[in-house]
Amino acid sequence: MSLMLIIFPVVMAAVTFSVPSNRWRPWLLPLGAMGHLVLVLWVILRAAPGDPGTALGGWLALDALGKLVTVFLSVLFFLCSLYAPGYLALRSDRPNRVFCANIFIVQAMMTLVTLSHHLGLMWVAMEATTLASAPLLYFNHNSRSLEATWKYLLIGSVGIALALFGSFFLAYASLKAGLQSELLFDQLVKDAPRLSTPWLHAAFVLLFVGYGTKMGLAPMHTWKPDAYGEAPGIVGTLLAGGVTSCAFLAILRIYQICRAGADAEFAREIMIFMGLLSMAVAAVFMVRQRDIKRMLAYSSVEHMGILVLGIGVGGVAAYGALLHLINNGLTKGVLFLSAGNIHRAYGSKITDDVQGAIQRVPLSGSLFLAGFLAITGSPPFGPFVSEFTILNGAIGSGQYLAGGVFLLLLGIVFIGMGATVLAVVQGTPSDQGKANSFRDSVATGLPILLFMAIVLLLGLYIPPPLESLLRDAAAFLEVKR
Amino acid sequence: MNTIIHDSVHVVLAFSLPPLLLGVIAKTKALFAGRVGPPLLQPYYDLFKLFQKGSVYSTTTTWVFRAGAVVGFVSAGIAVLLIPLSGSAAPISFTGDLILFAYLLGLGRFFTASAALDTGSAFEGMGAAREVTFACLAEPAFFLGLLVLAKLSGSLQLSGMLGSSLATHWANAGDSLALVLLSWFIVLLAENSRIPFDDPNTHLELTMIHEVMVLDHGGPAFGMILYGAALKLFVFGALVVRLAVPMTVGSAWLDWPIFVAGLLVVAVVIGVVESTMARLRLTRVPVLLVAACLLSAFAIILLVR
Amino acid sequence: MAPFLDPLLIVALALNFVALGVSRIRGVINAVALQGILLGILALFVHSEIGIRGILLVGGTICLKGFVIPRFLVHALREANIQHEVTPVVNYMNSILLGAVGTGLAMVFSSTLPLADTHKGLLLVPASLATVWTGFLMLTTRKKAIMQVLGYLLLENGIFLFGLLLLEAMPLLVEVGVLLDLFTGVFVMGIIIHHISREFASISTEHLTELKE
Repeated sequence: MSLMLIIFPVVMAAVTFSVPSNRWRPWLLPLGAMGHLVLVLWVILRAAPGDPGTALGGWLALDALGKLVTVFLSVLFFLCSLYAPGYLALRSDRPNRVFCANIFIVQAMMTLVTLSHHLGLMWVAMEATTLASAPLLYFNHNSRSLEATWKYLLIGSVGIALALFGSFFLAYASLKAGLQSELLFDQLVKDAPRLSTPWLHAAFVLLFVGYGTKMGLAPMHTWKPDAYGEAPGIVGTLLAGGVTSCAFLAILRIYQICRAGADAEFAREIMIFMGLLSMAVAAVFMVRQRDIKRMLAYSSVEHMGILVLGIGVGGVAAYGALLHLINNGLTKGVLFLSAGNIHRAYGSKITDDVQGAIQRVPLSGSLFLAGFLAITGSPPFGPFVSEFTILNGAIGSGQYLAGGVFLLLLGIVFIGMGATVLAVVQGTPSDQGKANSFRDSVATGLPILLFMAIVLLLGLYIPPPLESLLRDAAAFLEVKR
Repeated sequence: MNTIIHDSVHVVLAFSLPPLLLGVIAKTKALFAGRVGPPLLQPYYDLFKLFQKGSVYSTTTTWVFRAGAVVGFVSAGIAVLLIPLSGSAAPISFTGDLILFAYLLGLGRFFTASAALDTGSAFEGMGAAREVTFACLAEPAFFLGLLVLAKLSGSLQLSGMLGSSLATHWANAGDSLALVLLSWFIVLLAENSRIPFDDPNTHLELTMIHEVMVLDHGGPAFGMILYGAALKLFVFGALVVRLAVPMTVGSAWLDWPIFVAGLLVVAVVIGVVESTMARLRLTRVPVLLVAACLLSAFAIILLVR
Repeated sequence: MAPFLDPLLIVALALNFVALGVSRIRGVINAVALQGILLGILALFVHSEIGIRGILLVGGTICLKGFVIPRFLVHALREANIQHEVTPVVNYMNSILLGAVGTGLAMVFSSTLPLADTHKGLLLVPASLATVWTGFLMLTTRKKAIMQVLGYLLLENGIFLFGLLLLEAMPLLVEVGVLLDLFTGVFVMGIIIHHISREFASISTEHLTELKE
């Protein structure tokens, strides 16, 4: 049954590809996304508690962690797809056949990552997301997007090649221990205490660097500002919310193996350090950042740092990190899409040209401001809750230094990002900005509003089904098997 | 065959065969180009002609210039006596003779280069500079190869290192020996100024290395230089043949012909290389020589690993 | 393991240096292609019994790494009207020396690795690490986009060499998936190279400097 979750988007991609009309094709996106969401919910609700939902001889399984990420990805994809027809109607000059089909492929591959319990298969799917998203980045077909695509593709592929090397090391760790060296996740977790420690450590480092590149952790983040800066807002959302979450999930899987092998300490130290480093690097580049989309990219680097930091701190913070995965992804949706609208309204994304967004495009401008407040962890939005939980976990477990630095960096980011965002939304729009014909509309505004509503909701109240999914996932991650 | 006859054969072959190698190379190249080419024995005629000529020496030169040709020839002539051509011991052989061998080659080069500098011509000085620069890179490759052989045979005597025991080492350290063989072949091409390092046929001033140094020599002195160069080719060819065909039948009647056949094959291979490759740009020459050094270095690493 | 393993690996290692030292892009493509074919042949020698799976894998590897991808790159080279010179940032000599240092370190390092008993003394692990190193070297020290693709291919070749130790452990699906991803990756990169050459009338990544802080 879980196989359907992957096959469905692939079929939709084929259908989309064969539709001849450039005008009607984008409408297949929300349709397909809705179908996917329904399928996901049906599979998860139908599954009996405790049923891993395995398929293909244990290669695919829907565990607690997978469930959480799959649902999240599907919701994110659905909301993004609502934005697509409006956006693509504005870009009717460009053929969108490859664009629409590849969005479905990316979705299929992301779902495959969340479902795969075989590290080799997971690698294949992960690389496939890179390849499938490259044409999405190159949608604008200009020299800047070309450069961004090249960097994204090359750095992503090299990073992920290292992850393959790490996967081989992991297999070798079990071969060395005289075990059947298959890369089946459940098998590895079970055998973890017996794995050869040096190989396991080497594998963790390589996999962390490899998937960390894909996630955009500093110092492997260099592709991110370029890629997010040049990508259409909708692609930015899918990458910053979706693909990076998949890479994070991959790291979580490896972490689980390390943890089961009583090597959690080793992995955690690396994760705390890399998490704080990513936040620090992002903070440095966000101060006085003039390009709003690049600023969002650095914000993504920062939040990826927060995610691994949360896992590294462990305990309550791991729960917080999982919640933050969702909060961050959805808030990135608000920010990237509204930034995309502002970019479209002004024909520029540099703060020198973009001023007075609230007057020029009231809805997008105010959503951009609200998104900024949310992502920097101001109450009452979702990220506040999750970031507070992580901080709570750090202080509660006596890791004062990590907690202190975390808080400090959050403060710097708030100031740095605030200066840029306020420069964009306040003031009076220049004449050049007014000349453009773009106005806020239902098609380009409503999806962002939905994103914002969910972010706000998550800050005030976490619905019981989500709560139980989160608890299961955190327990699955933290429990020592 | 007793020692005296054996040594006589060695000396006769070593001093009669070298010009033939040049002839074989020239013939091979001619065949590749679809020409008839000069007769195989042409180098002998050339030498004969040169030795009959009189000498003219520039007034700016000193004794160094005259010594250059002689020392170059003599050092190569002694070096050739140190190599166990047919697998059994060479006429001159003692522990540590590889040091003498190496320095004899170095001495020859030193005097040829000095003679070139002695003319005071900037042009010849340039040739000497190139020759010495490339030798700096070729020598390590050669020495590292010797090191491999010394390590394998446990001997510091050329007759032991290149003797009949070498055949047994091909079985257990074949990878290393193959690398050394390749490296030495590159060194052979470089030391004898063959393509792709230098084109012995061109007289374009900017491309030449070895030929440049000897432009001022004439008559018997030039003959000696030509003969010395041929001997040097013979020396390196013999090393390569010993390395590639180390097995000895035991009967001298067969071992000598095998060696000569091997040498002729090497000459043909050089001819083929010269016909199929272009000369390297001068700045790319060091890259190839460094590669030869690395080949020998990896041969050692493989051995001691 | 098989007696032919080490000589083949030495040739594969030598090809790394050829790839670093050759000045024409075609030469580099040929070296990488030859290494790809060697990799396929190596897979034959590593394991004594070869089933249908093995033959498929060997055939696929040789076909893809030895012929399809190089052909495609040569095609891209011709289509894009690329100049044939490699134009390295670090000159050939230093590249070769760096490669040699890396290879030496790989040998030293892999002798300290805790390998399984059957794999001790094999050249497979050092060759793998050295090839990965060469790939990185080429990725970072060459300006042209196509050379970076070749560096990526070398990197993958190195990883493949390590994977040979695990041939039995890897299911066919994963192997095929890896090969497919590699091919698609190179294919997409080739298309982008084409666009780069059209956009900038050159494929030097020196032009890709518009995006920066």
